[in-house]
Amino acid sequence: MTRFLEIKLKQGQQDFKGDRVLQSFKRQAPFLPRNVRVRRLYAFDLPLSDTEWEPLVNEFVDPVTEEAVITHETDTPSLVYRVSFLPGVTDNEGKTALEMASAILGRSFESGEVYTSFLYLFDLEEKDLPDEEKAKEWGYRILANRLIEEVEVFTRPRWQKSSAFSIPVITARDHIRVEEIPVSGMDDEALAALDEARHLALDKRELAVIRDFFNRSDVRATRQKAGFSEAPLDAEIEMLAQTWSEHCKHKIFASLITYQEVSGETHRIDSLYKTMIKEPTKRAMKKCKHIVSVFEDNAGVLSFNDKYHICYKVETHNSPSALDPYGGAMTGIVGVNRDILGTGKGAVPHINVWGYCFASPEYDGPLPKGLLPPQRIREGVHKGVIDGGNQSGIPYGRGWELFDERYLGKPLVYCGTVGLLPRQLHGEDGAVKKIFPGDLIVMAGGRIGKDGIHGATFSSRQLDETSPVQAVQIGDPLTQKKMTDFLIEARDRGLYRSITDNGAGGLASSVGEMARETGGAWLDLARAPLKYHGLQPWEILISEAQERMTLAVPPDKLDAFMDLARKRDVLCTVLGHFTTTGFFHAVHGSHPVCYLDMEFLHNGLPQMELEAIAPPQGEDPSGLEALNVEDLFLGLLSTEELSSRERLYRAYDHEVKGLSVLKPFTGIRGDVHSDASVTGADYENFDAIVLSEGVNPWYCELNPYAGTGAIIDEAVRKAITTGADPAHMAGLDNFCWPDPVYHPETNPDGKEKLGALVESCRALAHFAPLYGAPCISGKDSMKNDAFLEGKKISIPYTLLFSVIARMPDYRKAVTPAPVSEGDILYCLGRTNRDFGGSAAFRYLKKKGGKVPVPPREGFLPLYEAYHRALDAALVQSAHTPSRGGAALSLALQLLAGSFGLDVHLDQFLTGEPLTPEEVLFSESGGRIFMTLSPEQAADVEDMMRGLPLSRIGRVTSHADLRLFNQGRLWLSLGRDQLKEAYQRSNHGC
Amino acid sequence: MAARPHILIITGYGLNCQEESAAAFRMAGAGTVELIHLNDLITAPEKLGQAHLLMLIGGFSYGDHIAAGRAFAARLKHTLSQPFSSFVREGGLILGVCNGFQILMKLGLLPATEGVIFSQTATITENICGHFYDGWVSLKVNPDSPCIYTRGIDRLYLPARHGEGRILFRDEAVFQEIKKNGQDVLHYTGPDGNPTEEFPYNPNGTAGGLAGLCDTTGRIFGLMPHPEAHILPWTHPLALTRARIGEIPGKGEGLAIFINAVDFIRRHL
Repeated sequence: MTRFLEIKLKQGQQDFKGDRVLQSFKRQAPFLPRNVRVRRLYAFDLPLSDTEWEPLVNEFVDPVTEEAVITHETDTPSLVYRVSFLPGVTDNEGKTALEMASAILGRSFESGEVYTSFLYLFDLEEKDLPDEEKAKEWGYRILANRLIEEVEVFTRPRWQKSSAFSIPVITARDHIRVEEIPVSGMDDEALAALDEARHLALDKRELAVIRDFFNRSDVRATRQKAGFSEAPLDAEIEMLAQTWSEHCKHKIFASLITYQEVSGETHRIDSLYKTMIKEPTKRAMKKCKHIVSVFEDNAGVLSFNDKYHICYKVETHNSPSALDPYGGAMTGIVGVNRDILGTGKGAVPHINVWGYCFASPEYDGPLPKGLLPPQRIREGVHKGVIDGGNQSGIPYGRGWELFDERYLGKPLVYCGTVGLLPRQLHGEDGAVKKIFPGDLIVMAGGRIGKDGIHGATFSSRQLDETSPVQAVQIGDPLTQKKMTDFLIEARDRGLYRSITDNGAGGLASSVGEMARETGGAWLDLARAPLKYHGLQPWEILISEAQERMTLAVPPDKLDAFMDLARKRDVLCTVLGHFTTTGFFHAVHGSHPVCYLDMEFLHNGLPQMELEAIAPPQGEDPSGLEALNVEDLFLGLLSTEELSSRERLYRAYDHEVKGLSVLKPFTGIRGDVHSDASVTGADYENFDAIVLSEGVNPWYCELNPYAGTGAIIDEAVRKAITTGADPAHMAGLDNFCWPDPVYHPETNPDGKEKLGALVESCRALAHFAPLYGAPCISGKDSMKNDAFLEGKKISIPYTLLFSVIARMPDYRKAVTPAPVSEGDILYCLGRTNRDFGGSAAFRYLKKKGGKVPVPPREGFLPLYEAYHRALDAALVQSAHTPSRGGAALSLALQLLAGSFGLDVHLDQFLTGEPLTPEEVLFSESGGRIFMTLSPEQAADVEDMMRGLPLSRIGRVTSHADLRLFNQGRLWLSLGRDQLKEAYQRSNHGC
Repeated sequence: MAARPHILIITGYGLNCQEESAAAFRMAGAGTVELIHLNDLITAPEKLGQAHLLMLIGGFSYGDHIAAGRAFAARLKHTLSQPFSSFVREGGLILGVCNGFQILMKLGLLPATEGVIFSQTATITENICGHFYDGWVSLKVNPDSPCIYTRGIDRLYLPARHGEGRILFRDEAVFQEIKKNGQDVLHYTGPDGNPTEEFPYNPNGTAGGLAGLCDTTGRIFGLMPHPEAHILPWTHPLALTRARIGEIPGKGEGLAIFINAVDFIRRHL
């Protein structure tokens, strides 16, 4: 019997949640509720006796604020919504409720679940009462997500009579079925149909290679000998599709590209990844001795100090976040945490970063079919990463958002994590792991369900309304936190040899990758713990159910490992062992499931051949003429993109661990965006981790080469301005691109999109090593397109370049807040007419302009000189102009402190004659604004002799930003004016 | 008179502030700081008796499901109520921060106005703003409180980071009793230095600005803001600016709480 516990707030308790729902309906829905009350419902599908029920109820209900509902007969709502999960969707609170019931009753339950749902009791005027269908529609729009939740509507009479509810129990039984896929006789058309039906996301050539492989007589003979059918089995086809997915193999980055330059000349590029990312980094490593490991592990590794290495990885989780913003984004952050846990012998997540690209939250036009409005996506994504990060006890260091209409169909969700890895573990390098034949394959963490099946192949496709529902996963930070704590303990006791994450592709990918080391693996999928019955072996193999790591445990450590797992209440299962057979061999009890040649699995994928042409250039030399400067200045400062958004961002924990020195928000009131974050590693030492980033799709769409150079310059400059050691940095590249594979009908401009990628990679290959920030890890997401009313919308070229650096002494970190009246404001660097993609041009809806590409030789010598001054404690405050140019930078410097600034626009060094408007809003790179005390200014001028350094103003005692031209006051903006504009985005939070 | 104060910190099930909490006690001069997983404590409950101070740290025990601290409190109550009762009876110290405070309230170890434990008379619930909030708060210490952790402290500046920090009492009588006993140890203050209910100075909207409570003996103390996140002077939001115009203190302000606890153990336990 299922027992229901319905909990409501006591009379007199204000229902804040209900009030928020009320507000949402008032804003959006066509019917206005007078009042909304929220209740929680727990359905205990457990064998409980009456005597057990009472203590359970007493402990679930808060005696101060809540009471259990006994009957609905006395309720008088106009209508009631019940929102519950669909069958199979992770119900984290239900799991805790089950554990709590066990704790209270002192017994465990062999079977059964607790299911949670919310009840919303609406009170409406009789005349406003919608019919059931309409009520349901708005329930889905505001209260639920169709992909994971179900809305049930009760009228008052039905509600008053109801005493039980349905539960999303899965009743499927196990009927293990392994299907043979008769590829041998399939022509291209039949193969394409197979691809479509199974969501394989493989192309014609790849499917043909698979068919031909299984037609080989030697392959057939080997299979027969091993007890396998000649035709491949479903799991084998699925595993090949996972392993060969764009998501896992980066086929576009590995492709052979024929590139046609602007001049018309063509040449071939054999893998952008190899030639423009990997090789430049390998070359740079001769000089950058601090780089420990690159491209081999789940994250890039840098040396840090005697105690630690640091590692860093940034991921994207775009498609899942578009469908289920909360669950998708949460999976993004907890997923990248696992990448760190799976780096080296296991690193501890130390700092998170996030960044999102959305359509404007104010957009209310038509939407691509099946997708949610931008405001709901934004809210859900934030909430997902907030809950995922906060509940894992990891502070965030950097967070940002960009807005552009073209992200309507594919929001971009970047999530990253820095980890601390012990330099030495049990006498070995903490960054190195090794698997031996015979080591056991152990899966740790959560159970396997249908979650995220086809996630890897799905993210390699365009989004449309047929996107598989199972591609949605919901994270479970609690299970992951328990697993993380346990694994670090096991690591420190030396109980395993190797570790990796189960992300895209599930076991197929994690075990498949690990098995490369020994040359094979054997596993029995029947041993895998499942969330519910009814999973087929192929589903177990590729499920992307979250919170799982795969480990190699030496046989002599197994007992100790499993014993610790039991004590820490972490589910661990031995699935098989690593072999040297050359095959990935999986069975399900007595059923053969998978017997794939490791060589074919990993190297059988044919190289893609693609064509690219140089993208059209949209640049021109235009600048700014006279205009209403004040309107533009305050307008820019109050855009969603450039304003503070502090209230929203403070829902993310940035203080846990107690090591945050320079925070995401800085200044004397802690309300101004910082250039970079500075975080200590432990409580004894002063060396710190500096994080910053550059991202600017508007630069890259005008000129991908120049834009990429500008992004790298910006990211490096922000880190160094704050205090990073220029000799101890590294970069991460995350490319999010529209589909760059040409197709005459569906993607006619594919060649240009690929050309843009080539240009961007060229700049990356040149500038990242030049700036001392070679790429140590990266990721690409290549199909960011959606269809809106038959028209394709492609995202603009979006490269995120993240910098991680070491700072030897965090006490020297510099903030934007001026510290003393009379200090002199300097600009290091030159200003040019750089308006291409600038915030000012976008605000004014002007096209063209030049993108601020750094010169071939870069600006590093300037930054090194600056760093020497900073290191000598001569810099009082500093900030670097980026989006919004000098205007934004000066406004933030003023708002960060308690002083005023007098700035002389004609004193800026310029590379060409500029109007004062141009000086103010140009986004030229290579510039740092700093304040120096008058006593030390001469020393710094000496240190920087020969570099473009100019005195542009001074710190004053009044509170205004006063801009002068030719000695005359040109524009004066009061602190309050600036503050009001900058904090506009806090209203309504 | 304990020359070597022994501190026990419970870990596991989503709690997460163990590193900084352990560092705080070490910096404060504790003899030994032992981190113990809840399950290990359940199998070796005598560990509790060997400690002078038990700390319940911040984090998200059981993911804040059902209600923050609720499930963890239920587990403690049903597995360790005897050892807890003896520990409290014998005058052991308990410090609960954030999630640890929520657990203490839901266990009924706080406010325990009449000395009765495991009977809940107050709760901590959702912030009025409806979401988690991370920001530094100014706090004023009640000089008439018996709280042993706040002796000699007038004001504190600490980060608060919680989604459920609003303290509510079963009835007015409990609240009056708390005031009478000086159990209302800490209050959020506004720019004028007085207790406030205004966001974000008071992130959760607790009536009267209450931020921390102790039991009638002053040995059990719970607070929402995080003293262990301000043990280094350099995590103070103004530290980098202040360092350029003068000296900054050698310690973070939160450390004083831990030093008081360790001193108390040295002198009285």
